[in-house]
Amino acid sequence: MVPVTYYVALSAVLFVIGVLGVLLRRNALIIFMSVELMLNSANLVFVAFARLFEGLAGQVFVFFVMTVAAAEVAVGLALIVAIFRSKRSVDVDQMSSLKG
Amino acid sequence: MTNLVLFLVLAVVAVVTALGMLLSRNAVYAALFLVLNFATVAVFYILLEAPFIAMTQVTVYAGAIMVLFLFVIMLLGAERLPGTEPLPWQRPLAIFLALVLAVEAGYLLFARRAAGGMFASAAPDFGSPQAIGTMLFNRYLLPFEVTSVLLLVAMVGAIVLTKKEKGGRE
Repeated sequence: MVPVTYYVALSAVLFVIGVLGVLLRRNALIIFMSVELMLNSANLVFVAFARLFEGLAGQVFVFFVMTVAAAEVAVGLALIVAIFRSKRSVDVDQMSSLKG
Repeated sequence: MTNLVLFLVLAVVAVVTALGMLLSRNAVYAALFLVLNFATVAVFYILLEAPFIAMTQVTVYAGAIMVLFLFVIMLLGAERLPGTEPLPWQRPLAIFLALVLAVEAGYLLFARRAAGGMFASAAPDFGSPQAIGTMLFNRYLLPFEVTSVLLLVAMVGAIVLTKKEKGGRE
């Protein structure tokens, strides 16, 4: 069997790549995808520890995280579409004014 | 032993696809790399005896969420945007901060032994849809109902945000 540490290490690597994506890229869509990657790596740890401690609460929590992520993506992409309508760009550097 | 080989191969695939998402210039390629990454994570869930979560991962993440992403990318025609000139200090600073985070995580994992232990053999119905459903509708009924309200609010919000305004400005 694979020790649980390996799963935590893999999840940490994926999380760091997600952080790097948020910090480096300026395309708002890619930043969104990086946030999804981070949520996903957290889910992986939840499932690994649910398996380790033989409790189903971790898996139920992952289910809720997925639901919240779906809602977040729906609203976030709607915001990006609305911003694109006024700015003609999804570059986060362009989104510097509060007025639409 | 087979499990370890399977884990290592899948881990390499997961990390490479995540890096591909990070580095690809074209947003469509990034989205497709992310789909592959989500599929790999779904296989990890099956290895961890969470078949219900694995199926949810494939349908909700790799299916619904990424289709929404691809739809928006193609709707906006944003797959290949001319990048603006980056701030000169942004890239080194970002890489430095990510390195700090990685070192911190590695320290907690390997030096402090914050998490350890091997998996014991699980009960036969561990992680089955039936077990998850029983838990979801008994102990976690209230969060489940709150989630449905959240999804409704998100749906209404998305429609309101993207609705074309009628009649002049605002």
